[in-house]
Amino acid sequence: MSAQLLQLICFYAFGAVAVASALMVITLRNSVHAVLSLVLTFFSVASIWLLAQAEFLAIALIVVYVGAVMVLFLFVVMMLDINLERMREGFIKYLPVGIIVAAVMLVEMLALIGVRAMHVMTMGPDPAAAAGMSNTAWLGQALYTRFLLPFEIAALILTVGLIAAVVLTLRHKPLTRRQNPGDQVRVSNRDRVRVVKMDAERPQESES
Amino acid sequence: MADLLFHEVLVPVLLIFAIMLPVVLTVAMFVYWERKVIGWMHVRMGPNKIGPLGLFQAFADVVKLLIKEVLVPTNANKFLFFLAPLLALIPALAAWAVVPFDQGMVLANVNAGVLYLLAMSSVGVYGIILAGWASNSRYALLGAMRSAAQVISYELAMGMALVCVLVLAGSLNLTAIVDAQAGPKGIFDWFWLPLLPVFVIYWISGVAETNRAPFDVAEGESEIVAGFHVEYSGSAFAIFFLAEYANMILISFLAAVLFMGGWLSPFPVSWGWIGHGSILWLFAKAFIFSFFFLWFRATFPRYRYDQIMRLGWKVFIPITIVWVLVAGCMKYFGWVTIGG
Amino acid sequence: MSRITSYFKSLLLIEMFQGMGLTLRYMFKPKYTMRFPMEHIPKSNRFRGLHALRRYANGEERCIACKLCEAVCPALAITIDSAPRESDGQRRTTRYDIDLFKCIYCGFCEESCPVDSIVETSVHEYHFEQRGENVVTKQQLLAIGDRYEQEIAADRAQDAAYR
Repeated sequence: MSAQLLQLICFYAFGAVAVASALMVITLRNSVHAVLSLVLTFFSVASIWLLAQAEFLAIALIVVYVGAVMVLFLFVVMMLDINLERMREGFIKYLPVGIIVAAVMLVEMLALIGVRAMHVMTMGPDPAAAAGMSNTAWLGQALYTRFLLPFEIAALILTVGLIAAVVLTLRHKPLTRRQNPGDQVRVSNRDRVRVVKMDAERPQESES
Repeated sequence: MADLLFHEVLVPVLLIFAIMLPVVLTVAMFVYWERKVIGWMHVRMGPNKIGPLGLFQAFADVVKLLIKEVLVPTNANKFLFFLAPLLALIPALAAWAVVPFDQGMVLANVNAGVLYLLAMSSVGVYGIILAGWASNSRYALLGAMRSAAQVISYELAMGMALVCVLVLAGSLNLTAIVDAQAGPKGIFDWFWLPLLPVFVIYWISGVAETNRAPFDVAEGESEIVAGFHVEYSGSAFAIFFLAEYANMILISFLAAVLFMGGWLSPFPVSWGWIGHGSILWLFAKAFIFSFFFLWFRATFPRYRYDQIMRLGWKVFIPITIVWVLVAGCMKYFGWVTIGG
Repeated sequence: MSRITSYFKSLLLIEMFQGMGLTLRYMFKPKYTMRFPMEHIPKSNRFRGLHALRRYANGEERCIACKLCEAVCPALAITIDSAPRESDGQRRTTRYDIDLFKCIYCGFCEESCPVDSIVETSVHEYHFEQRGENVVTKQQLLAIGDRYEQEIAADRAQDAAYR
């Protein structure tokens, strides 16, 4: 009983941190702080998923979002030199629009939850535990058998996105000088220095 | 309730200390060993004044660092400035939770151990980035940028290398991975042989992940002074140092566990105690790997930044992707025997 | 063809292993380190270190205030004032200062000296603790000369054939 209590306490603690840090993401003025709050949010959510025994999802969230995506975010945000005064002006100006968007989204989400609530959906037992496998193994089995086609299509779409990004940004400007490390590594001393053999020379006697 | 407190809190805390204290001590001695080895390779002697053979040098350094003043640069972000070393240290130590030292001798025998390790190593980069940004210094920022790009790039190659191991072992659990390497042929049953290119790539990526020479452009003394920790002094710098060396030792242990059979013995069982797997074998292997870190540092000049990126993206990742396929074939057609 | 071989060379890390073999060999070689305060590198008798003013065997100072050293000094490190000595009217220095921060230890002063008075000893381990100590006076130079006279004389005797 007390173990469950501990779990409950942890859940609410992580939840509270997640909500608080999510709020900080949109209220903090310093953009680097905001990004870090987002990292904290991801971390708290991952912890909640761990509590719910979804270990693969939790760690994937940390590896992908915390470890890679947010690092790149931070990368960009750190480079920005944002004028704080102008940001404060914008906050008031865009506040009505923001409130409207938030209200619409809230109504939509409530409607969605309301509609879903009409079908009574009880959660079945944990399919991974039922199959006697770890969460990760079960997820892998499901992804590569039942959901193989959607999985591969998702992978394809991501690859296309990747290639598109490369094609859009990779421009060979005619005037830029490029270096090819492969060629540079292959260079030998014979390509750079010409050794000339010649006899020793003597200055003319008449000059002295 | 008291029983729960004992089993859920006290015992884990004691176990954590039982791992952490040796790690920290090892870091201290490893610093001394590094200076000795690099000294020897430079035909010097290395530290030899403090204590017998200079053995207490590391402790003298620690005392020196701890009594030095911690300076905060002008206009630095004070909170992040002090948070950054901790963010670098915590993942470096937390990762040790899943490292198995012997059969059953592991703090947290989690199923997704390898994933956890990947997560921890990727979180560690935050300490470096924040240190660079919060220092309010150009050099530090440059170091942080380089480090971020480098760690992300090499994490991919490292992840793909680990995928090969996972494919062969069929498990994410580190103990299970070691068990999968057991076999009658001893050293030839370990994963380094079927996964040789991947093993090399894992190791080089590990060196790059820990920002060690020849991949230490994040520090780059000759270009950007000391990179991300240029503004740190005293104990804050000591924490960065601790994190870096703890990571090095961790990578050495992981190389031993993932590719070199962990605690398994390279000799047949009939040889008596020397043929049985034990924690000493793991230590011996990890020691050899950690020696490689120092050896690299004494041997190779620092990479140029664009060549680091080229190596990671255009050499390592393609090779590992191909080898994932090869490993899949090995597993599917039974070219390698898995488990004893 | 060379492209292919170079690919294989870099993929097999051959040059890397060669380099590592080199450092490993050096690791076990005898070390060149001198443990400085305990061990010293052998020094030439022509070593040019700290300056000194010498005396004759009867205790008379050699320097006759000819100021050749002051004239030849390329760093203008030497300052000499001279006057007849009160007791017997001989020409002697009243001031003989060498600024060791200016001195470049070229040894010209020693070579220019007609009476072998100013010399550079083989002492090179000395330091200053106060500002101003870098200027050594006549008294200090004579004291140094008295202290190291035997070594100075031995070094000069060894080199005498070549002077």
